[in-house]
This record gives sequence, C-alpha cells and structure tokens, in this order.
Amino acid sequence: MAEDPKTATAGSPFGKPQVRIDGRAKVTGRALYPSDEPVGNPAYAFLLTSAIARGRIRRFDLGEARAVEGVLDILTHETAGGEAKPPEMQSGGKTTTTLESDRVWHDGQIIGVVVANSYEIAREAAFRVRVHYEKEAPSASFGSPGAEEEVREPGEHKDYRVGNADAELASAEVTVDGWYGTPTQHHNPIELFTTTCAWENGKLTIWEPSQFVYGLRGNVAGQLGIDPEDVRVVSRFVGGAFGSKGGATARTAWIAVAARRVNRPVKLVATRDQGFTIVTYRAETRHHLQLAATRDGRLTALRHEGWELTSRPSDYNVSGTETTARMYACPNILTKVNIVHADRNTPGFMRAPPDTPYMFPLECAMDELAARLGIDPIELRRINDTQTDPTNGQTFSSRHLMDCFDRGAERFGWSRRDPRPGSMSNGDWLVGLGCASAAYPSNIAATAARVSLRPDGHARVQIAAHDIGTGAYTVVAIMAADQLGLAPEQVTVEMGDSSLPPASLAAGSSHTATITHAVAKACGELRDRIARAATTSNNGPLAGRDPATLVLSAGRLTAPDGAAEPLVDAVKRLTPGALEVYAENIPKGLSPEAMETLYKGKPPMSRGQNREDVTAYAFGAQFVEVRVHSRTREIRVPRMVGAFASGRIVNPLTAHSQYMGGMIWGLGAALLEKTEIDPRHARYVNDNISEYHIPVNADVRRVEVIMIPETDRDVNPLGVKGIGEIGIVGVNAAIANAVFHATGKRIRQLPIRIEDLL
Amino acid sequence: MRPFSLETADDLAEALRLGAQENAAGAHVRAPMQYLAGGTNLLDLMKLDVMRPERLVNINGLQRQYGMIEADGAGLTLGALARMSAVADDPVVRRDYRVLSDALRLAASQQLRNMASLAGNVLQRTRCNYFRDTSWGACNKREPGSGCAAMEGVNRRLAVLGVSDRCIANYPGDFANALAALGAEVTVLDGAGGTRTLPFEELHRLPGDTPHIETNLKPGELITGFRVPAGPWTRRSLYLKIRDRESFDFALTSAAVALDLGDDGTVREARIGIGGLVAKPWRSHEAEAALRGRRLDEASAAEAAEAAFADAVVHSETAFKPELGRRTLVRALLEAARLTI
Repeated sequence: MAEDPKTATAGSPFGKPQVRIDGRAKVTGRALYPSDEPVGNPAYAFLLTSAIARGRIRRFDLGEARAVEGVLDILTHETAGGEAKPPEMQSGGKTTTTLESDRVWHDGQIIGVVVANSYEIAREAAFRVRVHYEKEAPSASFGSPGAEEEVREPGEHKDYRVGNADAELASAEVTVDGWYGTPTQHHNPIELFTTTCAWENGKLTIWEPSQFVYGLRGNVAGQLGIDPEDVRVVSRFVGGAFGSKGGATARTAWIAVAARRVNRPVKLVATRDQGFTIVTYRAETRHHLQLAATRDGRLTALRHEGWELTSRPSDYNVSGTETTARMYACPNILTKVNIVHADRNTPGFMRAPPDTPYMFPLECAMDELAARLGIDPIELRRINDTQTDPTNGQTFSSRHLMDCFDRGAERFGWSRRDPRPGSMSNGDWLVGLGCASAAYPSNIAATAARVSLRPDGHARVQIAAHDIGTGAYTVVAIMAADQLGLAPEQVTVEMGDSSLPPASLAAGSSHTATITHAVAKACGELRDRIARAATTSNNGPLAGRDPATLVLSAGRLTAPDGAAEPLVDAVKRLTPGALEVYAENIPKGLSPEAMETLYKGKPPMSRGQNREDVTAYAFGAQFVEVRVHSRTREIRVPRMVGAFASGRIVNPLTAHSQYMGGMIWGLGAALLEKTEIDPRHARYVNDNISEYHIPVNADVRRVEVIMIPETDRDVNPLGVKGIGEIGIVGVNAAIANAVFHATGKRIRQLPIRIEDLL
Repeated sequence: MRPFSLETADDLAEALRLGAQENAAGAHVRAPMQYLAGGTNLLDLMKLDVMRPERLVNINGLQRQYGMIEADGAGLTLGALARMSAVADDPVVRRDYRVLSDALRLAASQQLRNMASLAGNVLQRTRCNYFRDTSWGACNKREPGSGCAAMEGVNRRLAVLGVSDRCIANYPGDFANALAALGAEVTVLDGAGGTRTLPFEELHRLPGDTPHIETNLKPGELITGFRVPAGPWTRRSLYLKIRDRESFDFALTSAAVALDLGDDGTVREARIGIGGLVAKPWRSHEAEAALRGRRLDEASAAEAAEAAFADAVVHSETAFKPELGRRTLVRALLEAARLTI
C-alpha cells in the first residue's frame, strides 16, 4: 500500500450495500461457533460458583458429588489451585482470583469445576457440592459500609484542567448543577460464555468466542506457564460480545487444566446466571456535572466529576471525561474521576464503555441549560460547537456535529416541538421530544494480514480478525475486492484463528479501520509486485509503463493509455501458483515495536483523543420521541432518529444495522437495563434475561438511521472512522430529555421507571 | 436437574394410577410425583434445582378429553389441558369473556402460550429470585423455616397484598386473576377418581405461616377444568397489565375488570381482580362493593381503588406499588366503561 491507498475505483464494492458473505452459513447453521466445533470424546464441565461475596472457603463436602456416576474430576483450590495463575485484565492491573486460593472476592466467583461424562451429570454433581464458608460482611456498591473510595490518578486516562472552572462556576450568570447515576449493566450476548479445550502432544487448542484471539492466546499461555506458540485459539464466529469477550477471563485456563487432568477434551457452556459473574460488565457510575453559561448560551465552565465502581483489587475505570471535556467550546474545564472499591467482580468493556455513562449527565445538563435559558437545545449546541479541541487546542480531524443535528432534526420533525414541558399529548399519552449529542473517538490499531491471489482471479485473505456480528468478514472481502479489482464473491476470508497473522482487539470501534488498512496494505504490495513484473518484462502489453500508474480492476491490469493485460497473465509472470503477500500495518503515531507487542497478545492502539496531530472523533445526533401514559406512567418509545458522521462507510448495509442496534440498546439502557444488587449480600439478584430486561420487538417501533457523508483525510489514510459504539451514545440522555419534555420531571438516575414518574 | 423418571398416561385412569402417592400428606408442589403438561414452568424449576420430583407423569395424552373450550348460556367450560393460545384466540371467548382472552394474550410469549396448559398456567410459581435461585439460603417457600431474603432485599417485583411476615412473593400470572374476578370454579379429581369442585378463589392459599403450601390441592390430585359462570358483566370486561416493557414481561400491577352498567352508567355489578402485586390470584370484593350502585366515574373508581389497596403492606422497594395499583385499577375501570359492546 502506498501511504494513501486508492479506493473506490469504478465498480468497486467499497461503500456500496453488500450482504454478508457469511450470512448464508449463519442462517443455515453451517457457521461453527466455538462451542459447535467437534472434538473427539469430550468431557463436560460445570462451574461451581460462590454464594457469598466476601470471605473464605472453609471446606468443601464433595462426597455426594463425587458419588454421582460419571463424575471424572472436581477442581477446587485444594485439588488444583496451583495449576494456573489469574489472567491479566483487559486494561491491566490487578484483579480478583478464582480457585488459586480459598479467598472469595465477589458473588458468583468461580470456586471449582466439576468434570463429568455429560453436561447433565456435571450439573447434577455441582448441585450436590456443599460449600462451607467463613463469611465476612460485604460491600455492595456506592455508599455501602466498607466501600473504599480513591482518586483515580492520571495514567492511561487523563484529567483536564483548563482555565479556572471553580471560579467561573462561583460567579457565572447561569449555572446548572446536578448529580446523576447509571446502573450496573451486563451484556448478555445470546451466545453464552463457552470454552472448549483439547491437548495434543503438549499443545493446547482453545475454542472460545473472543474479540481478541491473540490476546487470549498470550494470556492463557502466561497463566499456564507455557509458550504462546503452543497455544492456538479458534473463534471463527462470535454470537455477540459487546466487550464481554474482549479480555481473557479465569475460566479458560481452568478448562485447559481440567482437560489436562482428565486427558480428554473438555467443554464448558457456562449458564446465563454465571455469565453475570465470571466475566466483566459495566459497573455503576455516579456523576456531579456543573455547567456555567452566559445568558446568550455560551458555555463558560464545565466541571465533571465521576465515580466508578470496581472490585477490591482492580483500578479499572473508563474515565469518559476524556470525551465530555471535548464536546463543546468552553474556556474553563475541570474533570476528575474517582474509583470506589467494593466486593464485586471486576468490570470491563461494554459498548461505548466511557461515553455511554459519561455523556448521559453532560447531555442532560445541556438540555437543562437550554430550558433554563429558553434556547432551543439544538441551537445551544450550535452556539457551543467548535472545530478545536478545547482541552489542547488541536483541530478535530473532522467534526460534523451540527450537520448531524440539522439532518436529524429535519427527518425527525423537531420544528413541531412545543418547548413547554407537558404541552404535547396524544390521547391519554403525554408526548415528549428529546435530543442529545453523540461522540466516540476514532481509534486504529496495528495489525497484519496475508493475501494471496491465484491466476484465476480468486483471492484469499488471512487475518486473525474477529467478526463479532458486525460484518467484519464482509468488510475484509470488500476491501480486498476493492484493492484487487475483484468482486467480493471472488474473495475468501479466513479469520478468528490465532494461527493466522495477528489482528488487534475487536473493540473501541477500531476494528474496521484497523483491518481495512492492513488488508489494503497487503493488497497494495501484491498489486505493486504484479505491476512491476508486467512493466519490466520485455514482451508484455504493459512493458515500459510506470508501475505506479497501473490500475487493477475487473480482472485486468490497465495503464492510463488504455494498454491492458489480463490478471491471469500478469500473475503467471511471477508464479505458476498463487502469489502471496504478508503485510503489517502500524498506524501513524504507534511505535515500530507495535507488531511485536501484538504478537505477544497486547493491542497497540492509536486513540483518537490521545493523538498529537489531530483529535479524531466521530459525531452524531440522537432524537427520540417518548410517550408517557398520563395515569399509569409507562414510558414507550415510538420513534428514534439517529444521524451520524463517521468518515467513510465501508458497507452501508451492515453499518445501518450497527447504528440501529446501538440506538435500540440505548433505549434499553435508558428505560430497562439494570442489574439489581442485594444491598446486604452484594449479590446480583436478577441474573437472568427474564428479569434483566432488554427491549423486545414490541418496544422498538420506528428507528431511522441517517449516515452523513464525511471525507476525512486526517483520521487515517482510508478516512474510515469506527461506528460500533457511537450508535448507543447519547440515547439515554435523549430519552431522559424527552421524558422531561413530556412530564416536566428531570430524572437523573437510570433506568427511568414508572415509579419515577408517579 | 436431578435424575427423574418420565411416564406417560394415555387416559385418565392411567394418569390417576401413575399419579397415586404413597404419602398423600404435605404440599403438592413438594411431592415426589408431578404431573407434566406444557412443562413451561416445571421444567425450568427442575433445571434450577428448585423442584426435585422423582417422577413425572405426562398427561398431555388427556388433552382430547380435557382440552375443551365450550360456551353455553350458563357459562364457559375450559379444559385443564386447553392451551393458553387456543383459549386466547377463541372467537367466543374473545367476544363474551374478553378479560380472559386479554389476560392470556398479554402473558408470556406466543411460543410459551402455544405450549402452556391452563391448569399449569394457574399453578405457575412465583418469580421471586430468592425462591428461584437455590444459592440463597433463606426462602421460606423453598425451605420452610429458613427465612425470607426478599424482605429487605431486591423486592420491587414482589407483593404488597396478601403477604405475611414469612413471605412477600407475588403470584406472577395473569389469567388466574381474571378467573378469580369472574367467580370461576375449578374441578379437581382425587387419586381415587372422586371429583370435587371448589371456588377458584380458594384454589390458592395465602402464605401465612406456611408459604411453601401454595394451594389447597393434595399430592396426586389433578385439575381437570374450569367453569366460568355467565353474567351480564363478562362482555364489558378487560385486563390491563402494567409492566416495564411492552411484551414478554410479568405485571408490576394488573387489573381484571368486568362491569354491568345501567344506561345511566350506574354499576349494577362489578367484578374486580388484582394482579402483579398480590400473593395469590386475587379478587377484590372490597372494590366491587365500593362500586355497586354508584355511577362509574373518576371519583367512584378512585374509591374502589382505595378499598382494594387498603391493606397493602410495603417493603424497601415496593412503596410505589399501591399507588400504581390504584391507578391501574382506575384506568381499567374507566376504559371498561368506555368499551363498545
């Protein structure tokens, strides 16, 4: 690839709606998800999990369980605790342990593994295990006795101090000041958390749904004290992840240990309730958000302080102040983040990890300020729009926030909104219209790819990338087809296997930008080799042409003067077989060691908010109509419109689905989702999808997505920003703002429920 | 789940023979033999290790005999094994007993309604998470005498009417509240083939000191059907279910109402069931009495609602429920009065 890859030649599939190349395999059941992969003579595991949140295990009574016919082994801290070490967490730092010791850190912690000849036997035996605990009083959440609060020091995440926000807040003409909260949330992907492990000649194969197969490989190797080269992770398809399958969790190594102990492959399909405690989740947050403004609506101060819950040992935090500090022009900014430790499992990535919780208070406060000043909420955002990052003075690589608002408002019919709260109704239902901004940093990571091209014009791309339901297989096919002048159907894509060239973590809206650049680079080198061979040969039709000017399209290599050679002939000059290229792409700003780091299982990523040349973000505008019943106060959402400017869209069909899915999730996050925690026992109570509510089809009426065309030459060479996260950002605030408009009630704690409006 | 045997009965005699209990004492839900119809609740509870029957007797072969939906001038006869979806969609039920159809249609999902039998539906057990998750030690309903973890725990979805200091679990169903409101009767066969009929309101028991005994059924007894008496109020009837999401959710509050109104709007007869926040299927005779002879309007409906919730007992997260329950009932009454029949 040259520094600036050429795309979208005539007939290119880039940017055109393309059905998923793996769609047929998925709907016909031929797509093998990790737990579907056949292994010979497997044994089955069932996890034992703790029924207390804090304390120690005094002893196990295993007699009754061991007596169940078909039980092969029971792993506990006493029988197997020394055979694996804890994994490293997604963003580093310490975390809780499992059966390495008798210590219980949280509810539902893995304390043992029952292995048996069938799933049913393992489950029955697990029910027959008696655990004797030494209980200690646990801390459940914010405000619980024993919860420990500390200031998050700057490190991976920064704090911002521009001007003097406190002084301005004390003297400003207009201020708004509010406390906000978001609840504990769990991803609950339909595909459960599964692991299958098999050993052969000292080498371990792991089949597990993963957003980062090299990361899992490196982690498990470290936990077991073996060479990463002796571990292979296979995750060809993932049935939903949303961050929950992004990092290694403790279960994988224990299943590997179990397989080694019983000398058979072992399969684990953890139950739905175990999924609440054996992996990560979105912890609850609290916010104190203060704005100061002039009477004509110019922001003069922003102060945003956040509190995030985490486990006892972990300092995991998302620090979404990195986004809220950059949203609007403002001369005085102060941000601060605090961590609160309680007896809970360690949280982790969940769709738009920082921005979903942190944009909620900011965008509610903007609405409140607009109402206070009598300024339309969209106009207030226009007054404070900026092309300059207010935290550091850098230019945004591109920012079309107001285009999103204007196009969205037109489609939504914002002009029909009577700004007076409670003024609009439809029969027995109050009507509310609300809006909010969305933003998400544009990230890109180092990644490698291998591309081979056969003389018959069929290409194969190999990259250990991850399709977590987003359409990544299709994106890779589109990119290779675009670069090689083929149709997507002529490209075979192999992904999700750590025996392929390494790809970074599929998270942080980075994967499309990451993998398209690596694939484009490999294809570009491949094209260059063919072009050089065609132009330096002394007998071909392209002899003597400048190789840099040749274009590969529609199965032909063509010069500007019209001279052309069929691809078949051009490839044959180099090899009678397939021509293969391996290429590594290290994005601007990352160190040359990035590839070595990636091979070791760490994702080297350039983050849009940390760049030293530009600040790179995608932006959007969310519009929501709510209906609130005048008597019984149910809240329904008949209409949502989201408009987004996220650079060039590789596949508008799957992009539309991703945006829509994010918006629907935002609806659920605002009105339904909440993991209930027993305050005395620090245990999750509604750990099932009957009572952990997400929207059903009947809750989702009209959802419209607008994609604003955006050219951005500075974000990265292809101009691709990520879209996976931004669809959810701001929806919770837009709904809270719409509820205010319908009822006059400003609800600052999510989810907003009937009882809040009685 | 623990090992169990599965036997299939093709006729009534065989069902009763297979279902015969050696020990006929105690609560039927704790008996080692359980009849299996749709299995939509029982099998879940077995997988959760909450119910541990040793024997299941599959009675779906009796559906031809006990799957009837028959209406005549005196009332409606529903077989115990009629499927929820069949009754919900029956045109006569929809026209003449709308509250029953509504309650069924608003429950569960289509797939579950296609599987679940009426008798199984009315016997479904509470969704209280402290009951359904055996890792919680304290649940008087699951382990008598062990205590109640819900009382000071997460209890937003639990009951405020009919509760005791031993249990605040709610009865989660919908259809049963409509049956209670309409004064239905339930027919039960004992192990010897003898038949008894009891008012539907007396099928379920309040928790009191024995929340693990949920009904007045004895082990081995089999519900064969329901009889809903006709009345001039059954047509002007509806079921209103208030819940967090639009579908596939249990009620926070619900109201089953049936009204016989005079031409001037005077209530000749009112039948009122309350759901979502009660310990058992519930008919509010107090609310009915408050309405009889009154013109149905905002004021009388509010008085009826006050009467219905006069004895409510709230816990940490249920303080809002009596108010929501009152509003639900008022809305249901006013909407029923507006129905065109």
